[in-house]
Amino acid sequence: MWNRVWAIVVKELRQLSRDRMSFGLIVMIPLIQLTLFGYAINTDARLLPAGIVDMEQSSYSRALVQAVEASQVVRFTAQYASVIEAEAAITRGEVKAVLYLPSDMDGRLLRRRAAGENPALSEPLGQWLVDGSDTVVAGSIRGLRNMPLQEMLDQPFVASSPTLEVVQYFNPEQRTVVNIVPGLLGIILTMTMVLFTSAAIVREREQGNIEFLITTPVQPFELMLGKIVPYVLVGFVQIAIILGAGNLIFEVPVRGRLDYLAMAAMLFILASLSLGLVISTIAKTQLQAMQMTVFVLLPSILLSGFMFPFEAMPGPAQTIAEMLPATHFMRMARAIILRDADIFSLQYDALALLAITAVGLAIASSRFSKRLN
Amino acid sequence: MTRRATELAVEARGLTLRFGDTLAVNNLDLAIPRRSIYGFLGPNGSGKSSSIRILTGLLKPSSGQAVVLGETLPGGEEKLRLRIGYMTQKFSLYDNLTVQENLDFVARIYGVPRTQAKQRREELISVYELSGQRRQLAGSMSGGQKQRLALAAATLHKPELLFLDEPTSAVDPENRREFWERLFDLCDSGTTILVSTHYMDEAERCHRLAILDQGVKRADGSPQALMNAMNAWVVEVAGDNLRELKAALGREPLVLSAAQIGARLRVLIYKQRGITEPLQWLQSRVGTRTLELARPSLEDVFVSCTGTHRVNAPHAEPSDVEPPHVE
Repeated sequence: MWNRVWAIVVKELRQLSRDRMSFGLIVMIPLIQLTLFGYAINTDARLLPAGIVDMEQSSYSRALVQAVEASQVVRFTAQYASVIEAEAAITRGEVKAVLYLPSDMDGRLLRRRAAGENPALSEPLGQWLVDGSDTVVAGSIRGLRNMPLQEMLDQPFVASSPTLEVVQYFNPEQRTVVNIVPGLLGIILTMTMVLFTSAAIVREREQGNIEFLITTPVQPFELMLGKIVPYVLVGFVQIAIILGAGNLIFEVPVRGRLDYLAMAAMLFILASLSLGLVISTIAKTQLQAMQMTVFVLLPSILLSGFMFPFEAMPGPAQTIAEMLPATHFMRMARAIILRDADIFSLQYDALALLAITAVGLAIASSRFSKRLN
Repeated sequence: MTRRATELAVEARGLTLRFGDTLAVNNLDLAIPRRSIYGFLGPNGSGKSSSIRILTGLLKPSSGQAVVLGETLPGGEEKLRLRIGYMTQKFSLYDNLTVQENLDFVARIYGVPRTQAKQRREELISVYELSGQRRQLAGSMSGGQKQRLALAAATLHKPELLFLDEPTSAVDPENRREFWERLFDLCDSGTTILVSTHYMDEAERCHRLAILDQGVKRADGSPQALMNAMNAWVVEVAGDNLRELKAALGREPLVLSAAQIGARLRVLIYKQRGITEPLQWLQSRVGTRTLELARPSLEDVFVSCTGTHRVNAPHAEPSDVEPPHVE
């Protein structure tokens, strides 16, 4: 049995090494996607274009505008004479938000000073008009509701202490990229692993090799196993590229043990590959295999917890996500890389990946019949 | 198992393969002796490939049974894998592997031990004259080279029974002759060979052959016996206006076929319909043209069996023809 599996493995590796395009993709996909997503995906918005409607035009109002701009959340790109003009600018998409300072702003400021910090007596100094359709933008602007005013008021400011204090573990600077890079492992591996194997059997069929192959003593299970093994190696190469480049370019640390990560990755790669094989036995052409891969890839990106917290999704979506290898690996990878978690605390996800692999291999082997009719 | 059965490499009874409404193989009986070259002769779509695929276990027959090398099909396919070789109609080795890599792959798949595998590979590379292409990608080779590589791969594990599905369709005539020399070498060393073809000259080289048409076996026997037992006279007509004559003879119910070959018209006339003197009978219909009785060729047998090439003669239904079976 093992010599036949080995025969398939050697053949696959040779064919892969001759296919420059695939070979290039193995290296370039992780690098390009890492750079792209690492820079592009950012959930804390910075330097949003904003406008001003300053009806007061006093030294105080100018000081307030400067203080807001110093936060770097917005940059003021336009002045508008009236609220109506400002609203039109938001509609056109010129600015994401407009800071409106009414003509009695100085008066409000003085009344606020007289009232001290008694919230019952203080009234807002101005108003933010926000394009609230993008929740990330709206959230960032909401963070600007409470501007410290002591500089403007030339007097010591007694900060009210928050009810609850927040201590941020593992990612104190709140950089999105720290969470993105380990997640990208799951996404990129899903893409390449499922894609490569889904084409594996289909290609033999399309190029007519299958007719020879099934007259040999090779068994379906041996063929499936032999097709998987080379891509396990490919998967590990990609993991090394993503973590290495993530560390170099984005300074994302690997806090956990590498052997734990390797174990988790092994389970995930096997699960993805067996999923690919199932597709491979269903699809009739390489194009169909590709389309079905996208069908797996899209939920892996959107539901696995890569972009949105898994816990925030409704029940049915969580159930679907639990069936995707990427979801389980995402949890394990983030736990090990960012939180230095013990692999034994991740048993549930490990078992889930094993189950997906077993079911996938069983389905693929049973669907692959050594007959042509 | 009887003694007779063990001398047969293949014995089939009533093999039928149905694809939807069409019968690709219709009630096929076969008896293929060991150590012989047996041919399937038929036009495209006559069921040659389907029959071979049933006998290799790639297709499950809708009904019927075959005993191949003592194993009963359907059911015994996997036990046969190491004992049969199959060369597919379309090149089915890997285009992006070299000759040597392809052969190494086949050796590993068949579980040939390492040291033996290397020796066997070198043997095949020299026998099939591929030493110059050893490190060439199979996809970049000529039709003849590909065909030799495919035959080398199909025989690497020294099968007792070799199936060749139209092996020479992508090969020039000279390479075809050489290829057949190799087949006789293989046969001489004890291999039974089943080969399908639509070339008459190739069919004529077989020890025995079956003529297939629309999934039905129309005749079988040795080429010589088939020619001797043909149910039609062959008369060659020389003279003018042969195209016109061909059309006229085509309307004669007793004429099985009329086909122009160069400056002559080759006419097949039914034997069983009361004609004892074909030359006399025909002379009255061809005027002053000259007539000559000819030896039947395998093509004549093929035409008389299948009714193809016939000149729109609805009366010459294949079912009219008594299928000769010659021992």
